[in-house]
Amino acid sequence: MDGLDEIIGEFLVESHENLDQLDSDLVALEQDPGSTALLASVFRTIHTIKGTSGFLAFSVLESVTHVGESLLARLRDGDLTLTPGLTSLLLEVVDAVRALLTDIERTGAEGDRSYDDLVARLTAALEGEEPAAPAATGAEDAIEVGPEGPAELPEADDDVPVLEVVPDEAPPAPVRALAVAEPDPVAEPAAEERPEATEPAEGRRSVADSTIRVDVTLLDSLMNLVGELVLTRNQMLQNAAAREDVDLARTTHRLNLVAGELQEGVMRTRLQQIDTLWSKLPRVVRDLSMQLGKTVQLEMVGRETELDKTILEAVRDPLTHLVRNSIDHGIESPADRAAAGKPAEGTLTLRAFHAGGQVSIEITDDGAGIHPDRLRDKVVSKGLMSREAADRLTDHEATALIFMPGFSTASALTNVSGRGVGMDVVKTNIERIGGSIDLSSDPGRGTTVRIRIPLTLAIIPALVVTAAANRFAIPQVNLLELVRLDAAQAATAIENVHGAPVYRLRGRLLPLVDLREQLGLDAVERETTYVVVLQADNQQYGLVVDDILDTEEIVVKPLGNQLRHLPLYAGATIMGDGAVALILDATAIARKVGMALESELNAGADLDAAEAGDVASVLVVELGGGRRAGIPVSAVDRLEEIALDLVERAGHHEVVQYREQILPLVRLDHVLHGDGAYGEDAPLQVVVCRKGEQRAGVVVSGILDIVETNLSIRTALDSSGGDGSAVIAGHVTELVDIDQVFAGLPGHDRLARTA
Amino acid sequence: MSQYCTFTLDGHLFGVPVSSVQEVLRAQALTSVPLAPSEVAGLLNLRGQIVTSLELRARMGLPPREADAPSVNVVVKTADGSAVSLVVDEIGDVIEPPREAFEAPPETVPSSVRALVSRVCKLDRQLMLLLDTERAAQVLEPA
Repeated sequence: MDGLDEIIGEFLVESHENLDQLDSDLVALEQDPGSTALLASVFRTIHTIKGTSGFLAFSVLESVTHVGESLLARLRDGDLTLTPGLTSLLLEVVDAVRALLTDIERTGAEGDRSYDDLVARLTAALEGEEPAAPAATGAEDAIEVGPEGPAELPEADDDVPVLEVVPDEAPPAPVRALAVAEPDPVAEPAAEERPEATEPAEGRRSVADSTIRVDVTLLDSLMNLVGELVLTRNQMLQNAAAREDVDLARTTHRLNLVAGELQEGVMRTRLQQIDTLWSKLPRVVRDLSMQLGKTVQLEMVGRETELDKTILEAVRDPLTHLVRNSIDHGIESPADRAAAGKPAEGTLTLRAFHAGGQVSIEITDDGAGIHPDRLRDKVVSKGLMSREAADRLTDHEATALIFMPGFSTASALTNVSGRGVGMDVVKTNIERIGGSIDLSSDPGRGTTVRIRIPLTLAIIPALVVTAAANRFAIPQVNLLELVRLDAAQAATAIENVHGAPVYRLRGRLLPLVDLREQLGLDAVERETTYVVVLQADNQQYGLVVDDILDTEEIVVKPLGNQLRHLPLYAGATIMGDGAVALILDATAIARKVGMALESELNAGADLDAAEAGDVASVLVVELGGGRRAGIPVSAVDRLEEIALDLVERAGHHEVVQYREQILPLVRLDHVLHGDGAYGEDAPLQVVVCRKGEQRAGVVVSGILDIVETNLSIRTALDSSGGDGSAVIAGHVTELVDIDQVFAGLPGHDRLARTA
Repeated sequence: MSQYCTFTLDGHLFGVPVSSVQEVLRAQALTSVPLAPSEVAGLLNLRGQIVTSLELRARMGLPPREADAPSVNVVVKTADGSAVSLVVDEIGDVIEPPREAFEAPPETVPSSVRALVSRVCKLDRQLMLLLDTERAAQVLEPA
């Protein structure tokens, strides 16, 4: 359909469907002329075509449908009664419309065929009802209608049922129908021409023939059947692999391919452009910005991005909510924008694209952005987190607080958004369909919300693992990598932080979660530890399982009502051998563990109130010779790695240039009277500490972790450079007195000031 | 008159309307569901449909079955169109008692059982307790 605009294409498809309906409606109407429902339907169809053709500037089509519509209006209003003659005339209108649509589809224009005669006869039929003006072309039938119409209509209007009028009219009908058909030199050739006209285009299917509308329930049941087929194929593959039968292997291979293609094909039938969702948004944006006195321009990129209908439905509300949020909270009023030096008109950009087997949707506004500090203050004032915990969050983590239940940044409730249930509900809804949401903000410049959702829900690739005798499937979207540790490796590589096992994955601490423990299964000594590294909720963790089996395409099936309340399961599936396996929800597991952590934090905060000073968050660092030290996090500014060749000397002190300042370095080992074994060439691990205006770099041999700890087991034992010792995370840790560190530095005023 | 499918549970005779029974299966391999309420026996693959299997004895607060005693799955249809399998001791006959044989359950029936029994039917030699399958299929969420 080169040269044909998308709108015209849709118009053609829709009109062709409507015309087929019209044909049958008109014929049905002839049988039952009294049916107002049928008349209304016919009227609507013609009216729609007329409206759209006027809009698309197809004037001939418009003029034909216009008189047709007028005639139908008369019929509908009871001014005229449908006679077979009129029916034929209306069917001719349908034919004419069809011919015109074919021309439009073929050439993009209406063609040069004239329909003046048809229009004239329609006009005549219209006026035939008026006794005064019977004179027109095709006058014969018009006259026949003319005298009869007015003569009988008054009766009909009075009290005679309409049905009685019809039989009266029926006998002359064939005559008139013929009369209409005969003096019609235009329509007949036109009708004969049509097949010829379409024949050259035989090669490609017409728009109307190339698409059909299908009931969604049929698609759903097809999808289910394909799901069953995929499962059966999986079983077949497993059985075939167990035998040495070349023929069977070949057949199953073929089955495998066909099933895979079928699955993809059926999946594609369920894809819809995101525009079906987005097309509602300009109105939302307009209304909302008017209401709030803001001007917002909406830009949409990637409208044609396709995703599964079910997913589309599932993101409808979250997406609308996010857009409303952006306009309500994100984009400032024109006055504020002008003050900030931005154009008065705000811009909201929606972007959708496919990436990595998932669909990404980004909602970007150029509004005020979100200040992480405001969120930190808020979360503390709401009592959802302790001050230390809030301060410890990175800016990105602080921004993510907005998704916390019971959190809302709006200082005043509006009827638009901001009831404090918003963002966490959005997040829950997105996660329910296996998606993830992330928010990044540049204070003063704007906010971007990124949603990543799977293409489809029904059939997903999954990793099959075991715990005790049970098999579980983990959706592959959550999967990052697999780690296998033998007993010796596990003994050293898995460490305990505050009772929680962690694994050092390429230098980063990965919290470990034991699947058996989470599921309440009996613990077991493992020869080999299998760690499934999962991503959920912007956090990574390692799920320790008994064994990792295989990846498999699984069909997600819902659990019965009796089990819906168990959050750890996203559903169930049937494995290749026919057994049922539960599907684990990686996010729910993270949340279950995270909740435990949170309650610990809260408990910490409570303790804090009770016995102030004894609970602190402490940065645990390593000194030479296996010694550990703890630095209060409140004194820590940043952690840095500084290359040795950047270290300069000033007097007796080592210094580095750091952020336009001269930063004195203090070897913590020396402060604590150790032997000072540092690597020769390795970069220095520096904890930048702050005391008032003053900064110092505390050099340690390694940075281990930050722990929130109750310093109850404590001795005054230290090496005079500290604050006593305590047991932190199972190790005796010397506590650093930060005052003492700074006391070793001369000339507080001269050093560490802005250079 | 309607027909009832009967089964026994700890020596008691129970009945469910034949119209609500989808099928009766011999003991099946079940997939256990960790963390699920104790009355959930596991999950069952019923020709591609995943069906929750409930231990009816546990659901009614009756003592558990002997370890190697046989059991039968009675798969009943639920109101929402899905199915639930009820694990019972032994399947009985299909009977067609007269309507007037039914009565409200006597007060003496233990309350955990009475909650799931809608009517009691007086048969010649014993009583048949009419099970309310909808209620039996509901499992309370652990608090």
